[in-house]
Amino acid sequence: MTTRNLGIAESLREAIAEEMTRDERVFCIGEDIAVPGGWGGAFTVTLGLEKKFPDRMINTPIAELGFFGVACGAAMAGMRPIADVQYGDFLLLAADQIINNIAKMRYMSGGQISMPLVMRAPVGATGRGSQHAQNLERYFTGVPGLKVVAVSNAYDAKGMLKAAVRDDNPVMIFEHKLLYGSKGARFEPGAVDATSDIPDGDYTVPLGKAAVRREGSDVTILGWLLMLHYSLQAAERLAAEGISAEVIDVRSLSPLDLETIGASVRRTGRVVIVEEGPKTGGVSAEIAASVMEECGEYLRCPVRRVASADVPVPFTPVLENAYRPDVPRIVEAAREVMQF
Amino acid sequence: MTASHSAPRDIAWAANSDAPGFLLGLYERMVMIREFEDGVKFLFLEGIMPGTIHQCQGQEATAVGVCTALRTDDFITSTFRGHGHALAKGLSVQELLDELFGASTGCCKGKGGSMHVGNMAQGMVPGIAIVGGGIPVAAGLALAFKMQRTDRVAVSFFGDGAVAEGAFHEGVNMAAIWNLPVIFVCENNLYGASTHVSRVMRDTHVARRVGGSYGIRAEQIDGNDVLAVYEAAKTAVAQCRAGNGPVFLELLTYRLTGHSRRDPCHYQPKEEREEWTAQDPILRFGAALVKRGLIDDAGLEAVKSRVRRDFEAAVQVAQRQPLPTTNDLTTDVFA
Ligand SMILES: Cc1ncc(C[n+]2csc(CCOP(=O)(O)OP(=O)(O)O)c2C)c(N)n1
Ligand SMILES: [Mg+2]
Repeated sequence: MTTRNLGIAESLREAIAEEMTRDERVFCIGEDIAVPGGWGGAFTVTLGLEKKFPDRMINTPIAELGFFGVACGAAMAGMRPIADVQYGDFLLLAADQIINNIAKMRYMSGGQISMPLVMRAPVGATGRGSQHAQNLERYFTGVPGLKVVAVSNAYDAKGMLKAAVRDDNPVMIFEHKLLYGSKGARFEPGAVDATSDIPDGDYTVPLGKAAVRREGSDVTILGWLLMLHYSLQAAERLAAEGISAEVIDVRSLSPLDLETIGASVRRTGRVVIVEEGPKTGGVSAEIAASVMEECGEYLRCPVRRVASADVPVPFTPVLENAYRPDVPRIVEAAREVMQF
Repeated sequence: MTASHSAPRDIAWAANSDAPGFLLGLYERMVMIREFEDGVKFLFLEGIMPGTIHQCQGQEATAVGVCTALRTDDFITSTFRGHGHALAKGLSVQELLDELFGASTGCCKGKGGSMHVGNMAQGMVPGIAIVGGGIPVAAGLALAFKMQRTDRVAVSFFGDGAVAEGAFHEGVNMAAIWNLPVIFVCENNLYGASTHVSRVMRDTHVARRVGGSYGIRAEQIDGNDVLAVYEAAKTAVAQCRAGNGPVFLELLTYRLTGHSRRDPCHYQPKEEREEWTAQDPILRFGAALVKRGLIDDAGLEAVKSRVRRDFEAAVQVAQRQPLPTTNDLTTDVFA
């Protein structure tokens, strides 16, 4: 089978185009997504798609609450919208529609309504200051009725977006600004290579599953998005010290795949969870509690979280770098749990 | 607005605003903003300056015209595109540059960055980078000023794009029903990011829509004529101080640089861009001053060189300023 090496932005674009070709009910709605001479959204994901689908790339006013509501209505009426915000931070403007309508409509209606709606949001601290930087995952993982995933490589990005489009429930997909691709217009300091060899032809990646990215026996390191990449780098260093780390891409943030996570923890007995974002109230708190319930008796030591300080994201690089968990901090946490 | 393709249009001379010192001051302030923005763009593209930037080349007359009509204790809210507002409101080149370089001597100690510049002592709330987010906040400032029985005024700067947000309509309506001393300044530069106003509004005459909808005085002004902006702002400020606010000003202008970062502006038609380039507010005001005999071309050039020199000196200083230490990460979260 032939493959092509693509970044996350390109693989998402392919997935969207293929799904729109496959199913006429699929359409995109968002800001700056269908402007000739424009950018294809804030991060080039929808670049050029308006040429292929002139009637199904809907460029909105800057009105997040409004167009997420529009997407909700269209989904109820049988369409399958893909709505995106330019930065995850703007999900907070749309939160009323997402949490009060989109997530609850099926339940409130006693199952009368399906909400096949995909939402995409870039997150992560990237030198832009406090309001274009937050990791919004935590605010949506606890919303019943919503599936939440995070894509850390181009293969998953394509496969999970396709799975999300085909799902009859609302799915929120988190993407990371430093993983879209590290070249050309998308160059960003700190960008990490998240390209994959994408097979020709159709495939999906199931939404509810975590993925073991590196096998190991001493400690289970759990991460997603950029932190997954840092965790893999940390595992490399730990290996040089004789510590065998298993690295899991949590990937499905809600629901959590406790089967995969639990199987690993039962073997290693040690857990480090890595999260970009304040420690208090993070997704890692939910993971830690779930691990305790699922297989706490297998733990040899307390679960360790490596997360950001409980502060807004600072602008200046020295502080932003201190805010964002890094490889040395992950290594250090793994060494600590190895004391047990 | 249909800008003439030819020479820069004259400006609207007001009877009482031609004190030479005052006029030259307006000019110099606009040049200071332009030189700042051009210099910062270079530093950013060269990778010398961190972060991201949204700049206001071409829109200097809106910031300077409005802020010149304000007192230091009047407040403005700004956006992600706030460098010009900051310089016009009296923040120093140095505290801004220090902020952009992430130094602890910056106006927000390096914690804010380009999108959040501000200084409460100068009457500028740190930039609010959520489109429309500053509009109800300005109404809130004005509510406080009114409850405190002061004659202070709040001004909210925002773009044409913000008019689509719920926060705009909610904020303007509350200001209207409570007669708040707030001036809503919509800098209509024809684009919200890459999207032309005609794609997001049926009636692109924003002032007409607002006046008709909210029952407040709303005016559309040539936003590239610094004196016209100043006069409109002065009248609006007086109206607000007299307890008859709010006022809405739509300033027609154009962004002569990218939306952010490395935006090549391919969505702006060449023709349109050239027309507006010919109506550059600094060019226009400079030509008008020369025509009035208040300064000659060499004088204009001297202003630019002086401002440029000061900017370069400030860059040298900024690059040597102390950076925050990791201890600063957890300070300033709570009072
Ligand atoms: C709530 C929100 N949505 C989207 C954005 C992304 N964004 C930043 S600037 C901008 C365009 C704003 O246009 P306008 O209000 O006209 O201001 P201008 O850029 O022209 O100064 C957009 C969409 C944002 N910052 N906030
Ligand atoms: Mg605009």
